[in-house]
Amino acid sequence: MATPDNKLAFDGGWAYEPAPESTDHINIKSRYGLFINGDFVKPEKGKYFDTVNPATEEKLSRVADASQGDVDKAVRAAREAYRTTWGRMKAKERGKYIYRIARIMQERAREFSVIESLDGGKPIRESRDVDVPLAAAHFFYYAGWADKLEYAFPGRVAKSLGVAGQVIPWNFPLLMAAWKIAPALACGNTVVLKPAETTPLTALKLAEVIADAGLPPGVVNIVTGAGATGAAIVEHPDVDKVAFTGSTNVGRMIQKAIAGTRKKYTLELGGKAANIIFADAAIDQAVEGIVNGIFFNQGHVCCAGSRLLVQESVADEVIAKLKDRMETLIVGDPLDKNTDIGAINSSMQLEKIQSYLKIGKNEGGDMHQSSCRVPKKGYWCRPTIFTGVSQSSRVVQEEIFGPVLAIQTFRRYDEALTKANNTPYGLSGGVWTDKGAKIFKMTQNMRAGVVWANTFNKFDPTSPFGGYKESGVGREGGLHGLDAYVKLGAK
Amino acid sequence: MSAKRIAVAKTYKIYIGGKFPRTESGRYFPLEDSKGNVIANMCRGSRKDFRNAVVAARGAQPGWANASAYLRGQILYRIAEMLEGRREQFVTELQQQGSTLRAAEKELDLSIDRLIYYAGWTDKYQQVFSAVNPVNSSHFNFSVLEATGVVSILAPDDSSLLGLISNIAPAIAGGNTCVVLASESKPMCAVSFAEVLHASDVPGGVVNILTGFRAELTEFFASHMDVNAVIYCDGGKAIARKVQILAADNIKRVIERTRMDWLGDAENPYLIRDTQEVKTTWHPIGS
Amino acid sequence: MTLAAVKKSSRLPDLSNVPAVDEVGVNERVARFQTRSIKAASKVEALKLILSMIDLTTLEGQDTPGKVTQLCQKAIHLHDAMPGLPHVAAVCVYPTMVSVAKEALAGHDINIASVATAFPSGMSTLKVKLDDTRMAVKAGATEIDMVISRGKFLAGDYRYVFDEIVAVKEACGDAHLKVILETGELGTLDRVRKASVLAMHAGADFIKTSTGKIQPAATMQVTLVMLQAIRDFYRDTGKMIGMKPAGGISTSKLAIHYLVMLHETLGNAWMTPQWFRFGASSLANDVLMQLMKQSTGVYQSPDYFSKD
Repeated sequence: MATPDNKLAFDGGWAYEPAPESTDHINIKSRYGLFINGDFVKPEKGKYFDTVNPATEEKLSRVADASQGDVDKAVRAAREAYRTTWGRMKAKERGKYIYRIARIMQERAREFSVIESLDGGKPIRESRDVDVPLAAAHFFYYAGWADKLEYAFPGRVAKSLGVAGQVIPWNFPLLMAAWKIAPALACGNTVVLKPAETTPLTALKLAEVIADAGLPPGVVNIVTGAGATGAAIVEHPDVDKVAFTGSTNVGRMIQKAIAGTRKKYTLELGGKAANIIFADAAIDQAVEGIVNGIFFNQGHVCCAGSRLLVQESVADEVIAKLKDRMETLIVGDPLDKNTDIGAINSSMQLEKIQSYLKIGKNEGGDMHQSSCRVPKKGYWCRPTIFTGVSQSSRVVQEEIFGPVLAIQTFRRYDEALTKANNTPYGLSGGVWTDKGAKIFKMTQNMRAGVVWANTFNKFDPTSPFGGYKESGVGREGGLHGLDAYVKLGAK
Repeated sequence: MSAKRIAVAKTYKIYIGGKFPRTESGRYFPLEDSKGNVIANMCRGSRKDFRNAVVAARGAQPGWANASAYLRGQILYRIAEMLEGRREQFVTELQQQGSTLRAAEKELDLSIDRLIYYAGWTDKYQQVFSAVNPVNSSHFNFSVLEATGVVSILAPDDSSLLGLISNIAPAIAGGNTCVVLASESKPMCAVSFAEVLHASDVPGGVVNILTGFRAELTEFFASHMDVNAVIYCDGGKAIARKVQILAADNIKRVIERTRMDWLGDAENPYLIRDTQEVKTTWHPIGS
Repeated sequence: MTLAAVKKSSRLPDLSNVPAVDEVGVNERVARFQTRSIKAASKVEALKLILSMIDLTTLEGQDTPGKVTQLCQKAIHLHDAMPGLPHVAAVCVYPTMVSVAKEALAGHDINIASVATAFPSGMSTLKVKLDDTRMAVKAGATEIDMVISRGKFLAGDYRYVFDEIVAVKEACGDAHLKVILETGELGTLDRVRKASVLAMHAGADFIKTSTGKIQPAATMQVTLVMLQAIRDFYRDTGKMIGMKPAGGISTSKLAIHYLVMLHETLGNAWMTPQWFRFGASSLANDVLMQLMKQSTGVYQSPDYFSKD
């Protein structure tokens, strides 16, 4: 019943029964080799490691741990394919191969979604409705560029680079593989890619698709492993181009490791985006934008809106509505179609998030979490907000990479800009206002590579993505995403 | 040995609004092969068929232009998939209309690949041809392309399939809808291509295909006041003049493609840009 | 009550303070509600709740005592082959049919809702509309569904629209008042939000989307905006207001989406026929078919469910 202090009651009442996605149609092998030169092969040292379902802590499969020797083999295969097949192929035929990858992914979409959720912990609704369709669309978009590069660079001739070494993270495993592989192939390069060690499975399924699509052997090689494997790829002397998405710390290490070489590189690193809400915003939609910005994908998003800057005159209203909305977020089994927020990707990441919750409280912040139940097994974090924090708080400055939002107020737009830009990061930002001129004023002055106005966390293969400052260098997606994979010469 | 089986001959109809009606005029013309045998009775399309087709094209245009570029690209790719699956039918028709087997196979290869080429442009031409303009005032100023609307196309006479596709694909890739008059001497592939379109999730009215006589129909293709652009691919100065004069009444965009080498250079994004308008918007930048 | 007396007694709210509504954001939120998968016991619970929230409706120029009586029979006997079903919340008819409905429903706990105020257009004088209202109440209507003057609203005469609602509320006496915004004529979600705020301050017990006589009728988008307005009003004043989407909701699947939206926007307190109704006619049979399917496991045919 409605309570006298005008609060809404979401607890108890009508409860949704479990709505599990069926898994009987998918195929996960008990063990995977390395995908090198068109085949799955054993790792030379015979070492494997487990990949685990973070919602249940159960083992899903074993994948190979690639050694230096395995990486050498993969790079050799890529180089040979570049030299003899892919690098000589007519551009439009290359494009048609990439179209095949896109179409087969669409045919096998549900299997990909289920495996993505099992391996990484993200809700099936997200992998089904966002990750997999976007990944297929990325291949479809770049397939079309293969024979059109002459129009992308006025006055210049675009040539491929050679072998691309690519290392991707665990937060959008299949999508990140698509973001890396599609433009590389479209521009005529061959690829050696390492998925993250906690989420290797969809990259390995993608290898199956690439084989089914008939791509010549060696054009794409998928090698699994951990940090050492990644370093071996990045530092390999016969890799012409390095692409990395991950933490700023590792990005720094990579930039240092390849210093002095002629390798081209792009880095897509961390962020601490400011999501700015003005009093004249469409408030209810802005609140949903906050939720989209920080709670979906468990906050494991480099461009997450992890700092809320709300104009002081509407702060109480926005925070009250946010708390209500948090109460209706369902945290639970990633394979349940109603789950909004899935499992934290690993025990390591959960510990990191929990340490920040302690830090926030120790710094004097007021912590509020939603009251939902979480399962007993697995790695979970409830949606969390901190109020009473400021620019000097660590929870405001440092990337937590979890469903944790730091909230500050501001009075004038220039104050919001100052706070938004006062960070070594510069990946993304959000602006919420009903006033058009103010949108453009803010977007013009925010030092971030992606600015979302009256929306947040929207992605599209045609839209370039990447950061300023320590959030990285280079862009992925769109026309601008081709830059990374070509060298430009005079006509 | 069993008696020879009697084959079932196809009736060649026209394609309007996603349906296959006969010409409302009831007239026909016989299509003969090189030996003088009648291989089909083609519809002799009328001005009323054209009128109906323009209504269908106009009705379908806003929805098609508002479909996402991605969706239009997927549909164009699907047309290629469907055409690939029906190669044999078209190779046979091209041969019936005088082509050698080898030339017919080549025409199919190029036609399918050309559809894929334009499928790949739907979500890119805007990036190549648009602009953000650095005006000398505190305004955000951007220019984007927008489909011109309904395009009437007089397809090249000497190319039954490839020339037809080379005009349809860039027009619809850019969000236009079209009414096409097939080659007069080699019309069969156009009608069969309509069947391929019909199987490809192309919304009804986006492409409308008529068969008939140039001499009778050119005037309407060029003069209809609810057509935004006309493309013609044959004829000398006299035809050019006629089309230009008739088109002038509603300042129709006139696109001449009489010197295109359909086998060679008909793959570039300027063929899309031909049927696009440019819209420039200003908005203040301020608090 | 005279118009002058109305003007003295009530305060028009400041509509310039009503928050803006972003259409794309609303569409995205609605899309998310539509991904909810409601199964098993929670589905059966939802279906029964939906039945209990239906205002079974006939509003046609060709309505006769025969038609209305048969509709009332359906309201009482939804599907006797399935025991334990709730009854619908109300029957909704034109004022001249109220007495017929009253006789047909005698002894049953089903409300009698009547449209009034020159429904559906509302294009008449205040006097005619008040007489219309009083006539319906006198004949036995326990609920009145009025229409706002959309022309006046679109022309910016909020005072007129407000005063009219206040006067009709007064004419309702003990009957509860639903105010129909006719969202399909308002054009934008911003205006839907404004009209909701205005209606609630003027005394509406329920705000309702549409007459069902024009397209579009109810949509999830306008319903969400209205639910959010109700939520803000409740926070500010402590007063609960009911909500009724009407027209175009003919499948259980869609009705369940609406219930999800209600549940996740306003919470448990509103999940009863006292605070939420569906204005529908063919929805009931689809819900019955789904209930039969849930209990037997077999897909049903409309042939087995009475169409009154």
